[in-house]
Order: sequence, then C-alpha cells, then structure tokens
Amino acid sequence: MDLSTTYLGLKLPHPFMPGASPLVDKLDVVKRLEDAGAAAIVMHSLFEEQIAREEWATFRHTETHGESFAEALSYFPSPEKFALGPEEYLDHIRRVKSSVGVPVIASLNGTTLGGWLDYSRLMQEAGADALELNVYSLPSNPDETSQNVEDRTVEMLKAVKEAVKIPVAVKLSPFYTALSNFAQRLDEAGADGLVLFNRFYQPDIDPHELTVVRTLALSDSSELPLRLRWLAILAGRTRASLAVSGGVHTSMDAIKTVMAGAHAVQLVSALLQQGPELLVALRREVEEWMEEMEYRSLEQMQGSLGLRSAPDPTVYERANYMLILQSWREQNP
Amino acid sequence: MTSRKITIDGNEAAASTAYRINEVCAIYPITPSSNMGEWADEWAAKGLPNIWGKVPEVVEMQSEGGASGAVHGSLQGGALTTTFTASQGLLLMIPNMYKIAGELTAYCMHVAARTVATHALSIFGDHSDVMACRQTGFALLASGSIQEVHDFAVIGQAASLRSRVPFLHFFDGFRSSHEVVKINELTDDDLRHMMDDALIQEHRKRALTPDRPVLRGTAQNPDTFFQSREACNRFYLECAAHVTEAMERFAQRTGRRYRLFDYVGHPAAERVIVMMGSGAETAHEMIECLAAKGEKVGLVKVRLYRPFSIDSFMAALPATVTGIAVLDRTKEPGAVGEPLYLDVITALREARETGVSPLKKDPRVIGGRYGLSSKEFTPAMTKAVLDELDASKPKNHFTVGIVDDVTHTSLKVDPELDIDADDRVRAVFYGLGSDGTVGANKNSIKIIGEETDNHAQGYFVYDSKKAGAVTISHLRFGPRPIRSTYLIRKATFVACHQFEFLDRFDVLELAVPGAVFLLNAPFPKDKVWDSLPLEVQEQIIAKKIKFYAIDAYSVAKDTGMGTRINTIMQTCFFAISGVLPREEAIAKIKKAIEKTYGKRGQEIVKRNFAAVDTTLDHMHEIKVPAKPTTARRRPPIVADAAPDFTKRVQAVMMVGKGDTLPVSAFPFDGTWPLSTTRWEKRNIALDIPVWDSEVCIQCNQCALVCPHAAIRAKIYDPDLLAQAPATFKSTDYKSLDLKGLKYTIQVAPEDCTGCGVCVHICPAKDKANPKHKAINMAPQRPLRATERENYAFFLGLPDIAREKIKRVDVKGSQFFTPLFEYSGACAGCGETPYVKLLSQLFGDRALIANATGCSSIYGGNLPTTPYCSNRDGRGPAWSNSLFEDNAEFGFGMRLAVDANADQARRLLKALSAKLGGNLIQEILDADQGDEAGIARQRQRVDLLRSDLAKLDLPGARQLESLADYLVRKSVWIVGGDGWAYDIGYGGLDHVLAMGRKVNVLVLDTEVYSNTGGQASKATPMGAAAKFAMAGKDLGKKDLGLLAMSYGNVYVATVAMGAKMNQTVQAFLEADAYPGPSLIIAYCHCIAHGYDLLYGLDQQKRAVESTLWPLYRFDPRRIAAGEPPLKLDSGKGKASVAEYMQNETRFRMVEKINPERFRDLLERAGRLAAQRFAVYQQLAGIKVPRASTGGDAEQPTAPAKD
Repeated sequence: MDLSTTYLGLKLPHPFMPGASPLVDKLDVVKRLEDAGAAAIVMHSLFEEQIAREEWATFRHTETHGESFAEALSYFPSPEKFALGPEEYLDHIRRVKSSVGVPVIASLNGTTLGGWLDYSRLMQEAGADALELNVYSLPSNPDETSQNVEDRTVEMLKAVKEAVKIPVAVKLSPFYTALSNFAQRLDEAGADGLVLFNRFYQPDIDPHELTVVRTLALSDSSELPLRLRWLAILAGRTRASLAVSGGVHTSMDAIKTVMAGAHAVQLVSALLQQGPELLVALRREVEEWMEEMEYRSLEQMQGSLGLRSAPDPTVYERANYMLILQSWREQNP
Repeated sequence: MTSRKITIDGNEAAASTAYRINEVCAIYPITPSSNMGEWADEWAAKGLPNIWGKVPEVVEMQSEGGASGAVHGSLQGGALTTTFTASQGLLLMIPNMYKIAGELTAYCMHVAARTVATHALSIFGDHSDVMACRQTGFALLASGSIQEVHDFAVIGQAASLRSRVPFLHFFDGFRSSHEVVKINELTDDDLRHMMDDALIQEHRKRALTPDRPVLRGTAQNPDTFFQSREACNRFYLECAAHVTEAMERFAQRTGRRYRLFDYVGHPAAERVIVMMGSGAETAHEMIECLAAKGEKVGLVKVRLYRPFSIDSFMAALPATVTGIAVLDRTKEPGAVGEPLYLDVITALREARETGVSPLKKDPRVIGGRYGLSSKEFTPAMTKAVLDELDASKPKNHFTVGIVDDVTHTSLKVDPELDIDADDRVRAVFYGLGSDGTVGANKNSIKIIGEETDNHAQGYFVYDSKKAGAVTISHLRFGPRPIRSTYLIRKATFVACHQFEFLDRFDVLELAVPGAVFLLNAPFPKDKVWDSLPLEVQEQIIAKKIKFYAIDAYSVAKDTGMGTRINTIMQTCFFAISGVLPREEAIAKIKKAIEKTYGKRGQEIVKRNFAAVDTTLDHMHEIKVPAKPTTARRRPPIVADAAPDFTKRVQAVMMVGKGDTLPVSAFPFDGTWPLSTTRWEKRNIALDIPVWDSEVCIQCNQCALVCPHAAIRAKIYDPDLLAQAPATFKSTDYKSLDLKGLKYTIQVAPEDCTGCGVCVHICPAKDKANPKHKAINMAPQRPLRATERENYAFFLGLPDIAREKIKRVDVKGSQFFTPLFEYSGACAGCGETPYVKLLSQLFGDRALIANATGCSSIYGGNLPTTPYCSNRDGRGPAWSNSLFEDNAEFGFGMRLAVDANADQARRLLKALSAKLGGNLIQEILDADQGDEAGIARQRQRVDLLRSDLAKLDLPGARQLESLADYLVRKSVWIVGGDGWAYDIGYGGLDHVLAMGRKVNVLVLDTEVYSNTGGQASKATPMGAAAKFAMAGKDLGKKDLGLLAMSYGNVYVATVAMGAKMNQTVQAFLEADAYPGPSLIIAYCHCIAHGYDLLYGLDQQKRAVESTLWPLYRFDPRRIAAGEPPLKLDSGKGKASVAEYMQNETRFRMVEKINPERFRDLLERAGRLAAQRFAVYQQLAGIKVPRASTGGDAEQPTAPAKD
C-alpha cells in the first residue's frame, strides 16, 4: 500500500511522526522512534522567552555577588563552554541529525522578531530539515486587536521565510476569530505547512492554597473533532500542506485526519503512553484497513472528506452545533 | 622581542607562570591566594598545556597540610610541582617545608603573603606568614610589583632547579595579589629559555622509583643527625649565585634586570631604606623623586631574603651611606627587633669583620614596622622614615602608618605630602558590590591598558559585609609606569554610584580642586543639587568641582538591566574623564561587553548595549550655584544612645576612617563588646515587610526564617500599649495558655536587607485578595521614620519570661529574643536563621566556638558584630580560633566549663555546713532540663551569692567567682562544611568520639562559600563548583552516618524550609542529650546560583527528593527499645531533577555537557535512593541493649552539668 505523502515539500513514506514534545530529548528515544518508522522527527520547541530569562537570571545569580567581597571575587567556576542561549538546543539538533536518517523538524517559539530570525537561522545551520514555528501567545492585553496579533505573525513568517531556505510550518492554536482568512494570509506569506493545533498548559485553581497552578493533561481522541473540522475547511484551499497535532490515538483517528485533509499526522500523548513502537502498529493497521477498503493509496484518501468534497459539508460549519443539540433533545425527551 | 601586554592582577600573574612550568599543582583555597589555584584549575579544565605540552594536574586537597603532603609526595615522585597559599595555610605547610628543604628538593611555591591571626584574624597582607618560614630552609624570594610577581615565579623555579634549594616566592596579599596592572607577558619561549631541560632531567632522576630504588625519610640518632644536617650547607652557600645567574639569564632574554638586592636612588646616598615587597615600590617612587631633587637618599629592595647574601647586600649599598632604616612588614613581639632589621645589623657587623663592607663608616641603623594587615604605606611615610634617620635621636623599633599614643613608637607623617603624578588620571569610584562597579572598573583598566599606550592600575577596597557591601575602586591611568602601591589620596575624578553614600561617607574628601564628580542620583537633573547634603554642596563649591549626574537606576530599569548600573556609569566615566575619545570609548565598552557576555547570552549583550546607548542622553552637567542651597547636614553615624566605645571607635570605622584611630582606642587583647551591629544602621533594603495583623495567623514563621533577626514577634501586656506610637500595630494574642496578651510582628526597618524570605514563607493570605499576605513588601524610604520609632518601642517592651513559653516550637521559640542580630550575612542567607535560632534557644548560656568561614566573618568581622546580650547581660560568648581546629577549640571550652562547674560543686559541698539549709542540695540536684529548671537554678545561684557574701572565707570568694557555672552551659561548635567535612574533620571526628557534652552545628552550604565556591566533600554529585567545574562526579560524604557509627552521638539533619518544627526539635534534643551531638543543617547559599527568595522552597525540594533526608538519631531511644534512628521525611512530590534544574550550580553542568549531566543526574538520583533506603532500613533496626559497659546504650562519658 502506498502511504507516501508530501509534507512541507518533504517526500515522506507515510504521514506518521512524533509531534513537538520532550519525547525527543533523549537520543535513545529518538532512535527508537526512527526504528519504529517515524517519517520525521519533530523536536520540542525552543522558547526564546525562556532563553532570555535564563540568560538574564544566570547573569544575575552569578554576577551580582561577584566582585563584592574581598575573599571571593566570584562564586562559580567560569568554564569556557558554559554557553547559555540556544546552544544546548542547537547541539541537540546536531546530535539528533547525526543519529537518524529521517528529516528533523526543529520547533521554535519566539517572542521578538529578532529572536524568531536569529534562532531560525541557527536551527537551519545546525542541520534542521524544516522548521515549525510555534506561534504561541495569549493576547490578554485589551489594547491588542486581533488584527495586530495576526499581522505580527504574518510579518514574522515573511521575515523567517526570507531568512532561511528550509521549509517552514506554522503551528497554530484554534483561537483565531477568522482562522480561514488567517490561514490564507499565512499561505500567501509563504508558509509551507500549517499544524493544527497547539495544545497549551491550562490554569487550575488550588482552593486550599489559594493559588493558581499549571496543568497539562495528555490528549485523548475527544480532541480530534475540532481538528477534523479545521483540516476539512482548509483542505485543498492552501498551497501549504497540513498537519494534525493533538487527539490522534488510534489508527481510525489517523485515517479520519487524512480524510479531512492532513498530510502529516503528529502524535505525542499516544506515544508517551504507549511508547514509540505504537507507530509500527498504527501504520500496519492503517495499511490493513486501506487494503480492506480497497484504497489505492493514501493520496486517494487525502482530503476526501474535506469541505470541498464531503457529501454534506454543512456539517463542518456552524449549523452542526444546532443539529447535535436537537438530535440530543429528540433522543432524550 | 615580541611580548604581549596584558592587564592582570598579581595572582593571575603568578599562576600564569607557575602553571606553565609545572606538572602538578596541589592546592587548598585560602584568601588572598585562592585565585591562583582557581586560575590553574580553570586552565587545566580548558585543556591549556604547560610549556611541555602537558595539561598540569590540579588537585584540591582537604587542607593546606594535605596540599603540602601531596606536593611533597609529588616532588618525591619526580614531578615538577607547585602550590599556592597564604597565612594560616602557609603555617600548615611548614612541617612539610622542613622535609622538602631537608631533602634538597627543587620546588617553587607561591605565597600571597597575609597576616597570621593573632588577637584577630585578618585576611590582608603582611609578611608575618612568610617570616614564620625562615627556619624551614626555603629560599625566600620577594616580589614588589605585578611584573616582578610574573617574572620571579620563573626565576625562583629556575634557581631552585639549579640550586636544589626549594623556593618560597611571595608577594603582598591584596596589594599585589589583587592589584590589576598592565605588564609584559612572558611567552612560552621565555619560560623555556629559563627552564633548563638537563636540570629537569636531574630532578626526575632523583625521584623515588622502584626501578632505581632508594630510601628517604630515615630516622637518625644523636650519632649522625647533626653531621647529616650540616651536609646540605654547600647548597645554601651556592644558592645566591644560582639566583643571580637565573636573574641574568632572564635579563638577557627579556631585558628586565633584577639583582639579589636592587638599589634605587642617589649614587652617593647617605640615608637608605631597606625593605621588601610592594611597599618598596612606593618607597622607590618617593626616593626617585627626592634623589632627583638632589637629596642623598636611596633604597635597597631585598629580592632574595633567604639565603641572605651578605656580599650582595653590601655591594648594593653606596659607600657613602651613613644611616639605614630597615622596614619590616611583620611584628615579632619580644624580639630585639624584627627579622629583616636583625639580618641587616648582623650583615653589617659581619661585613665589617670580614672586610667586605664598602662603607666608609659604621652607619646608624634603625628598624621599624609598617603596613601590618595591608595598612597603607605611602610616599609620606617613606619620607617620614628618611627624616627619622636625620633626627638627632632617632626612634628605633618605630612604627609608621599609625598613631601609637601608648608606647609612642610611631613616626609623625606629613598628611599633606603626596607625589601622585599630575600626568595621571586618578579616579575613585564608590559603589555597591551588587551594582557591578568593580567589574566595570576592571574592564575599564583592561580597555585602557590593552587598547592604548597608557599604563593602568586598579586596586579595589571592599568592606566586610556580604549584603550591601561597599566597594571603593582606585584607578590610575597615565603615560608612565605606575609604582604607586597605595590608595589614591588626591583624585582628579570621583564617582559615587550610590546616592545614599553621600550621607554615610565623605566621598569628595579625596577630590582635588577642579576635579570631576559623577553622581548617580535618583532625581531629575533640576532636583539633584538641592538633594545633596550641605557638606557635599560646600565641597563642590569650594573645590570648584565639575559636577555631573545621571539617574542610572532609571536608565537601568528602562533597558532591562534591573539594578545593574555598572555599564551605565562606566559609559559616563569614559564620556567625561577624557581618557579616550567618546566614540572610541563606547565602541570599546561594547566590544568588551560582547567579549565578556557574548557566549553567556545575547540577551545580556543586548540589554547592556541598550544601556550604553541610552546613557549619555541621561547624563547632565549640574550647574553649581555660588552658595549652598540646603541646610540639611549628614545624619550622625550612630545614634546618640550608643555606648561610648561605639561612638568613639566603631563609628569612626563605619565611615571608613579606622586608619585614623590611635593605638589607645583599642583593647590590647582582641576582646570586644557584644551587641554592636544594632548601632550600625545601614538602611540597605529597598523594600521591607509590612505586617497586616488582620490576616496574620500568628505562626511566627517569618521571624524564624529571617536571616537578620529583622522581623520579630512579641507578646506583652495590653497596658503597655498606652505609650505606643500612633502607627504601632498590635492584635490580641491567640493562644490557649497565655490569654489576654497582645501580639505584634515588628520589622527593624533599618536593619532589614529586603530579602523577602519572610513574605515568601508567610502562609496567611487575605481570602478576598490572596496576593495580599499577612506580611507584604513595601518601599522602605517612606516607612523608615515611623517604623524606626515603632521598632524602638517594640524593643522596649519587656520580653516574656522564658519559662512561660510551654511549647518551644516554631511559634514558641520566636518569643525568645534573638541574641544574634543584623549580621553582615548575605540577604536571604541560609545559614544565619539556624545561628539565630541557636542564640534564641540557648544564647543566654552558650559558648560558641566558630570555625573560620562565612559564619566567623558575619559573626565577628569588625566594625560591628551581631552577637548580643539580653537584658540580664547574658549572651553567647563567642570566639573564632582557626579554621582547622574548631571542634577541638569548642571541646576545650567544654573541658573548662566542666572543670569550673566541678570546682564550684566541690566548693559548694565544702561550704555546705557553713551555708546550711536545703539550698546546697537543691543546687546540686537541680533538674535543668527546661527553661523553668534553668530559671529556678539561676534564682538559687542568686540566693547562694547573697549567702556567700555573708561568709568571710576564701572558699566563699572562690565559689562566688564560679557560681555561675552551676547553671548549665551549652557549648556549641559551629562551622561550615569546609571545616566539618574537610579541614576539620579529623578533629571533629575525635571530639565526637570523646563522648563529652558538646553540640556541633554544621552549616552545610555544600561548598566553600566564604572563599568563593570551591568544592568540598559536602558538594553533591552533579554540582559545578570551583575544582569541580564539570560537575562533581562523586557523591556527598555522609557525615551523619559516619557520626552515627559511634553509636553514642546524637545526630540530626535539618532543613528549615522543609520542616521547621523538626529543626527546633533537633536543636532542643541536641542540647538536652547528655553526650556529643551533631546537627547538619542544609543551608542555601549564593554559591548555588538562584534567587535566595526561593531558598526555603529549594530546601523542601531537597528533602522531598530524598537528596537531603531529615532524621534524628538519638542513642537514648535504644534504652527504650526503639530504633535510635527516626526518619523525619519521606519521598515527596519533588524529584531530584526538579531540585537540580532550579540552581545554576547544576544547570551549568547541563549546559556544558548535557549528556554528562543526564548521567550525573541519573546517578545522583540512584545514589539518593540508595542512601534513603539505607536510612529506611536503619530506622527499622532496634539495637540490642548490651548488658555490660562499653555499649551504645548510654553516652560513654557522664554528663557533667
């Protein structure tokens, strides 16, 4: 069965790959992923904000106390190789690149235009085959308009595209007022791929301690429908290829995303739970199902149930909320 | 000859040479020499080879004694070996030095000469340590300038290889070890030129090897030792010639010519000074100046002090000399004279006898002391010494540089005389340690030294506080070489980087007329002038000072630099000092920033660049009016209520004028009063805690964790509030047993360091607004006056009687007055809360032996000290002996206390018939197990005293003097991990094994904190430290388990941030336990690399991850049939990784080598799990009660109190 797909212009034997996560921090896990047949390796994100903060904090913690007291002009050794900044991440790209044969997609979350540009270039230099721009910001400032938010991202993308030669994907959150339009603008700005969607840490409240705490639960298949909808809406409308991230746990989940239009299927929670070897089973099951259903190739299935070719496209649009609500009432008088 | 110009300090200059010509370096950190070892370690870690292509092996030992043993062994093994040390460290090396010399071993060690502790410790420079080595048989080679330090390091070693006499190369601690100047670097080829391969071969041939076995270290008897000892004479007789030869060879190569004794001055000099070390540079400067004017004066700089070559010395003296003044930088009480003086006298006498003296007539010779503990030695003092030689009756055995109004040894010095050259920029900068002033100045020196033809010199003065430390930088730049080894006395540029200093120091005192003054003032430019105190305005006007100001803190804030203002002030300096053209200077500052921080992170570079770029727009020249515009004078240094001694002596020291105090101001045996930090109001906190009594749950955790005793709790009678200031806060005390009292949490606004630890730990939150706690930080300035008044009222409230506190836990303990307050420890210090707790629980009956280290510095460094007494006049009796001997020192205190108590009991029994009644028996049988018992015993002793007063018997008088010993004393042995795990471990082990009632508190920061973060055996696996740069790959020594193995030692680990009550409990149990006790306390530290606000959180993580399990091992439980070990903590939420990722010391390793770090992390986790498993098993083991003596059931020695 021909499962091949093209994602970010990369010709891949099949669409399954690990999504951005700490999974790939360990080289032996990366090797296992490759052995399990991962079509590509997506690295966890480099966070510009974190780098800047750590650089500054380390500077403060190591320098503030120095040159203050006659007996101790410093409190730390000063190793030559002690490089803060993106070095650790870039080194990891190099190590992953040298240990696997599949494409390596680096992931970046920037906070400044300079950061996006510098780190993109550095990632390319370190050997990344493609970039995933993890556009993550929470516009809590009431003075910031949706237009600002989108314009900034588009400008950033244009600049990065000019700065690097490797393909660039944009990983989005579902929280845009006009996602179709925004996707189109990104497409026009040169995005080689769109990844739907990012998952965020969410706040929770500890009522005993009167504190707000951070949580990040693993995904499950219930998160898939949101992604199916947007894949379907965008399928065939963008030059950029599409990837799904979040909610794919079974081969049937995967098949659905491809039908909705995904060129690449990224998994994180499922791999964390079941190990890299899940990729082998997934691929086999998809293949078996397709054979049973007499598909010729994955391409034939890709986007078949998108907005453009689905038998009842209105289901993807706003009306479906009403329908479900009504059908539920009918069943439960 | 191409030689690079480098701008470095003396330590680096020495290490740079020594490192490249040695194969092994065994060291131990000690101020001011630590940096030499650190450089060597750093270079070795970077893989820098010596001149033979090998990376020298650098090892840190457990003490200088250990280092010198390792050196001795390595030399015997045939390796070229060196070490770096100073002061007490050098003393510890002496036994091996005798051996190394006795075996005629080629070796050169490098010493940053430092004062040996006598009536007090001093980290500063003089020759008392080196002079203590005169008998060892080492050659002593003295450097005066930084260039000499660099050069003599190889001359010494070359001469040693040829002569086989080992060399001690020394230079003045701080003045030379820390002075930064521009010098010519010796190339590897220069060093190769000096190191004779054939001699190195011979050195190796003498090595101990089984392939050519010989035997050394025999024991000899009266028949042979003497002759054997004399067999080495030939080598000493020839040594001086070998040094001359090495100096000549060096001169041929480098053009820098040195002699055994270098003469400077008039060729027909009549009056000559003889001296060595950095002071000779100053004398050189003065004498050149005088000789140029035709004065017949000269200077002999002693280079090779041992072996002392009489011929060379005499050859250095002009035949015209009629008077010689010999200056010694050491003191030998009781001697006829100081060592160099005696040598010169003897040399002159022998030279006359043997006819080698060129002198036409016997000169007058006088000797004097100067410069002890880095006391300034100036041109004016040089002049005073020369003048004294002209006096009709010159003083002999004089002192110069102080006023001795007791024995009148001191010479009069002209305070106005200054010869600092006019063609030099002389700049003085007042800064805070934390604002980065010194770092930026070092950087400026490098820029000017290495990028221009100018000569540059920098010297930095630090106070001894660890929080809010003041630094004063002295920078000289000029076209000619700079020999001025003294502080700038007339400055052409003065910068004050902290506005507050204007109220504390006379910063313009040094400014010459027409000087430039740069001030960091937190005001708009039109408000700056009026905000100055009158004294400053007057000086600016009188001296016609050009005045510039900048609000550097707002520039720093706007550019993301926080409170780091150094690059901003540096930019201002370059812009107005005219040392370099503005644009060029800014470009060079940026280049230096990029070079320093580029690798550490672009964020740092970016922010610094932004700061540099915006600075000049914010700097303004301030128009100086013709007359002062303010009446505001500087506030008094100490309050009027301060004791006389504090006002007369300590206040002078506080403003940096201690140099002016005469001998009569001081106690003659180093004894100082308690309770003095309370008079030094430093006002260093930007924000202080403010209490909200409505939200407070009265847990007293804030008071417990405060490192500076600056937030306190009190309960008191409501009637007392009648006199309270209007803003004094109070609330009903919530308690079951002490009803009807009022409760207050009060901050000491002027003593708080603003660390915020109290607010961070506060568990009480406002339900409607949880951001608001029961204490919250608020700006100090607006609160200062009212809270000062409130605090004074609070202190005046009576303390609750100790015996009324029934439950001594976190809450109860904080109603005991701290007898350790406002120390100079770091803001957020992890050690001092334990010390303070100790002082609260036992301070009124405690003797404390304190090992040298952070705790002895914040505990005993002048001008003011934190231990204090309570209203009854009782408080901790504290002393610091040494670093290595602290357990024994405290043990000795216990012996004395027991001896005195025994004698008191004996006398009591003897007088019982005369005294009558039950009192005697009650005293003898008293249960002093708790505060109530102690209070009752004190009452009994008071009664006894009044009874004794009525008895006219010698025994009664004796008993009166000893009666206080009938009240139980608590002996505490306090020190850091460097002491307990390393240098003092042997003694600690012995003292624990002695079974006597001493309590040991180990303040474990897991690193040598005071000397700057060197690894100790307490350093945990995976942590980077100096000498463990790549991350320590062995686990932390388990000191507690070792102590437990004795079976009769009470052992506890504590971590206040994890379980506060367990900490209090462990302290109480340790004191109550009738044998030795050991408490190992987790202390967060600035050397861990994170914001200490989170120190207690990290403690909790350490405990939860099982890296720091809490336990109490109490041998008394054996008798009860229980396991003696009780685990007080288990595996909690936090993981080893979570703990480690929060601290730079671990993160650094991860950044250097992530793979290695992952391995270390995994191993650290495994190790922690294994260790914890061992404790878990031990906690389940019941020890059988032995039926006969010598068991673990009871402490081996009876309790004596």
